[in-house]
Amino acid sequence: MPAHPGGHHLYNGSSGTFLPVKEGNEAMATVTFDNATRQYPGNPVPSVDKLNIEIADGEFLVLVGPSGCGKSTSLRMLAGLEEVNGGRILIGDRDVTNLSPKDRDVAMVFQNYALYPHMTVADNMGFALKIAGVDKAEIRKRVEEAAKILDLTPYLDRKPKALSGGQRQRVAMGRAIVRSPQVFLMDEPLSNLDAKLRVQTRTQIASLQRRLGVTTVYVTHDQVEAMTMGDRVAVLKDGILQQCDSPRRMYDHPANVFVAGFIGSPAMNLMEVPVTDGGVDLHGHTVPVAREDLTGVGKNVTLGVRPEDLELSSDQSGIPVTVDVVEELGADAYIYGSTEQKLLEATGENAGAVPFIARVDGRRPPEKGDKIFLKPKSGHVHVFNAESGLRVGD
Amino acid sequence: MTLEITTARPESALLDLPWSTPLEEWPETYLAALPRGISRHVVRFVKLGPRVLAVKEIKDDIADREYAMLRNLRRLDVPSVEPFGVVHGRATADGEPLDACLITRHLQFSLPYRALYSQNLRPHTAVRLMDALALLLVRLHLEGFWWGDVSLSNTLFRRDAGAFAAYLVDAETGELHTRLSDGQREHDLDIARINIAGELMDLAAGGFLEEQADPFEVSASIIERYHTLWGTLTGTERFESGDRWRVEERIRRLNELGFDVDELSITTDIGGTEIVITPKVVDAGHHSRRLLRLTGLDVGENQARRLLNDLDAYAAATDRQGEDEEIVAHDWLARIYEPVTRAVPRELTGRLEPAEIFHEVLEHRWYMSERAGHDTPIEDALRDYVATVLPAKPEEKAVLGVDTEEMPVISRFD
Repeated sequence: MPAHPGGHHLYNGSSGTFLPVKEGNEAMATVTFDNATRQYPGNPVPSVDKLNIEIADGEFLVLVGPSGCGKSTSLRMLAGLEEVNGGRILIGDRDVTNLSPKDRDVAMVFQNYALYPHMTVADNMGFALKIAGVDKAEIRKRVEEAAKILDLTPYLDRKPKALSGGQRQRVAMGRAIVRSPQVFLMDEPLSNLDAKLRVQTRTQIASLQRRLGVTTVYVTHDQVEAMTMGDRVAVLKDGILQQCDSPRRMYDHPANVFVAGFIGSPAMNLMEVPVTDGGVDLHGHTVPVAREDLTGVGKNVTLGVRPEDLELSSDQSGIPVTVDVVEELGADAYIYGSTEQKLLEATGENAGAVPFIARVDGRRPPEKGDKIFLKPKSGHVHVFNAESGLRVGD
Repeated sequence: MTLEITTARPESALLDLPWSTPLEEWPETYLAALPRGISRHVVRFVKLGPRVLAVKEIKDDIADREYAMLRNLRRLDVPSVEPFGVVHGRATADGEPLDACLITRHLQFSLPYRALYSQNLRPHTAVRLMDALALLLVRLHLEGFWWGDVSLSNTLFRRDAGAFAAYLVDAETGELHTRLSDGQREHDLDIARINIAGELMDLAAGGFLEEQADPFEVSASIIERYHTLWGTLTGTERFESGDRWRVEERIRRLNELGFDVDELSITTDIGGTEIVITPKVVDAGHHSRRLLRLTGLDVGENQARRLLNDLDAYAAATDRQGEDEEIVAHDWLARIYEPVTRAVPRELTGRLEPAEIFHEVLEHRWYMSERAGHDTPIEDALRDYVATVLPAKPEEKAVLGVDTEEMPVISRFD
């Protein structure tokens, strides 16, 4: 159970550290997008189209999707920087749709990690509060509280030069914490860091958010970042919410073909296959699918199998794959190959080689150039309507 | 690993730089100046033949992205540093891979804001910097560029006839769109205000900020300046059809601000009693383009305005206002501008750009005339300026960061 800040009291937490806890009368910082829509003048389609998400108090929600999907626009709508043309946005019970950014009690955390060399650590942490007109005593109090959380108390009156790299980074985080907003908004805060630092900072932000328990909306284009950080992940495409679920649920039950292909690395294998009696036909091998789920789906469906949900078949049945590259990772190996996919409609001609990825036992992986046969593990296939792309069955 | 250099200006001397050494450890013999400035990354200035280059060590993909972005910005004719190249495939002698390097050309006579504050400045420098930065931001936004990290540190300033012209230095966080939404522009302004306030507070803490400048007021003023300028450049105006002169008036106002109107939408209501005008495409550089066409001089916008005024005064004084403008300009260049700028002793040419010196000589003449109570010939003003004013000025041709300590916040984790 994370302790909640928001109020400015300190609570001697069970771990022995002081954590700020929410005052009893503090409003719940839920966030609600209620049919929120943003359409730019001159654009025929909305950039964000009837977005509906309810974010719980203290939740870490990640908005993810490819460039132009509307994730940053959604965040700016919540921040009050982007006009809402339809629907509403609520923080707690408060309708903030028409409030100015400064009246919303949200803090936009952006990428600037620069520390100012002539200012003390305390001033480096508290300067944004000064801009917001918070009085001196209050700033000092909040800075001291944040410093406790970040183990920076002994350094408050020093200059940043005296700090190590990690401490400097914590000062940068302290800047956001001292604002003690109801909601943190983060727009790709890690995109400029190198890979190693990105992983470290990612972990740090996520754990800090959990300790603070402040509702957070985080935008990224990186699905790995989304899956590792979020309590829930909302996938957007072309301004439309595709799915909003826990990372686990998102991975196991993608709501449509887009989410299936977007979430997971390496990506899910997707192929179009004919419907047969009692299931779907995969190169002569019937993958069972409940009959009621297949009513009305048409002749073909899109079948999805994650690379780790495949088994080598010993009897030459299943999906034939020509191995191009074997990536050995010790216990496992990834096979990057291709399979011939038939164009099923009309002509029945070959669509040519389509890429195919599988994870196999690392102790005896096939070799480059081998032709292997793979079968999905039972119960680990995803079926989608070939026309609408929507998930079929559970 | 093989070293791979991408550059628009192939220069074999690039190969002689110690690419197999981490940038932080490059020997001083290669460096044009000691490392300075606030930066997230390691940055060094190196001398390469006649040029000074800025080298920034960053991840390969970020280097490529920023290189491409800077090239796009140059193509759009937005004031920004000139990308020179990217170096990939670096490795130490032991085969340990090193990050890529992004190379940009140092912008001659440009000043980091910190350098401006370590000099003896006229008052209101902070305000004039805000004017320059607001103009830069408007120009970037007109082109659909969202900066994402607007700050004084990410900008360089060049003197421009008493004002400043701002150049974008760091495009790492930038995104280029077809056009920006109001929210994207507001987002940039929000970032600008907070970053600039922090930077000015830091100057104040170091005792460098002029006393009358309040970091909060100054940083907030950029928003107002930006909106005023944006409104003038893009706003819609309505008036009665009898007031057609207001179309001309609007264009004149934009020209005065240094913008040409490439496209103006004019609509009337059904009855034809009301006219609505909206500038659709505006293009900065009204004066500098005109001066370039007339004289071949490529200078800042305000400098160009100043020089054009002097050209007009020359035409009037020599009674040649009716003559072909290009011929008069040619004579002005040969008889007035070049003699002044050439009269500067070689050892003082690194102090200021020629056009800025010309501007200062004109200013100096005005002060001398006022004191004397009659007109002073430009030759006298020049002589006095070179003898008494210019030698006291600092060298500004290659100011590479002053009075700051390197502070890479994102260094190694401990």
